[in-house]
Amino acid sequence: MLRPRIIPCLLVQNNGLVKTVGFKSPKYVGDPINAVKIFNEKEADELIVLDIDATVKGAEPNFQMVAHLAAECRMPLCYGGGVRSVEQAKRIIGLGVEKVAISAAAVADPQLLTRIADAVGRQSVVAVLDVRKRTGLFSSGYEITTRNGNVSHKLDIIDFVKELERAGAGEIVINSVDRDGVMKGYDLKLAKDIREAVGIPLTFLGGAGSLGDIGELFKTCGVVGAAAGSLFVFKGQYRAVLINYPTQAQKDEIIRSSLHVC
Amino acid sequence: MIYVVDYGLGNVQAFLTMFKRLGFAAASARSSTDLENATKIILPGVGAFDHAVELLNQSGMREQLEKRVLMDKVPLLGICVGMQLLANGSEEGQAPGLGWVPGRVRSFRSVEPSMHLPQPHMGWNDVTVDDASTIFANMVNPRFYFLHSYFFDCERPDNAIAHSSYGLDFTCAVRADNVYGVQFHPEKSHHFGTQLLKNFAEL
Repeated sequence: MLRPRIIPCLLVQNNGLVKTVGFKSPKYVGDPINAVKIFNEKEADELIVLDIDATVKGAEPNFQMVAHLAAECRMPLCYGGGVRSVEQAKRIIGLGVEKVAISAAAVADPQLLTRIADAVGRQSVVAVLDVRKRTGLFSSGYEITTRNGNVSHKLDIIDFVKELERAGAGEIVINSVDRDGVMKGYDLKLAKDIREAVGIPLTFLGGAGSLGDIGELFKTCGVVGAAAGSLFVFKGQYRAVLINYPTQAQKDEIIRSSLHVC
Repeated sequence: MIYVVDYGLGNVQAFLTMFKRLGFAAASARSSTDLENATKIILPGVGAFDHAVELLNQSGMREQLEKRVLMDKVPLLGICVGMQLLANGSEEGQAPGLGWVPGRVRSFRSVEPSMHLPQPHMGWNDVTVDDASTIFANMVNPRFYFLHSYFFDCERPDNAIAHSSYGLDFTCAVRADNVYGVQFHPEKSHHFGTQLLKNFAEL
């Protein structure tokens, strides 16, 4: 059977690995290549690497770093950060990355996904949506944000994920801004609503604080990707930096208890 | 020397890194001269079928590839779309395939229109081995990483050497004499993938 995926998500800033809380206060946690080597040894299901500087600085993806990561990575790699053209996406796939993630540029122009899918195949096109829960007395629902949560867009999240699917996304990653680094569980309600809205693979990021949280996501949504940052780079209540990842036996147990199979 | 055909598609570097780690000499092939000394050939590929055929034709290596594989019987392993290229053709496009393994590439949705499972088929799936004598030797309950919406529908059942299941049972590895193909990505499938590439290198 197809297994749900458990995916470490690494954030890169100035070529270093960082971890944020609520998309803010990046803390340096190490060297990205070193982290990839550790996740190779731990046989992680997949890896997502997001350069959180590139779009904000208007910079091109750091192709040299991407090439280095791709060559080192023995698991499927999804790279995002600063990708806004078909040429850039083709170049990234050409460097040996399985999936290229597009965020701000896809929010601005969903048709970009169509053009990239035509060039590299839709299986390699991932849309990443940074989503923030509206708070306040008279607001409800979610807003889509870009540029590290600093710009909000007036888009209905359910309508928009359907549009991204139609446009050519092969996968959508839903990244909860307000749950980033909080480690108190995924937004299961949102995950369920989005799972019911589209028929492409989905990955959820933001909030995982334990393997139990991942199990809850699978129980709610079935075979999806569960991505996490803090959970796989910190250990213990003082958030000491320690790259970690569940063993195959632990993964089997999560799948068995949440999906009653395996 | 193992040569990985570099025609602009697929993760050439990942294969080179993997073979280096395993202790096999490997290089990328960018011209037909490179293929002259190949003792094994990897044909990678991602993306759309017609695009892959077009790039392979433009690479100038197709004729030499046919000579080495069909005449000299050099073992070749096609990966993902590189495997699909071995078929006669694909529902995804109009271009004819290499036709080295009789069959046609079909989509999950066209075979099973009522299928409700997400497309593409993405992630780790169990593989049932039907012939463990070659590239699937020394594996117990293997799992591999898949990323595709189309699969190889063999004309002759004896060309199918492994299958997997995603809403329906589908062939995920083929073999016709010295020509092999796998739908999944062994270069990204940890120790099972490593074992498969080692098996191929040692054929």
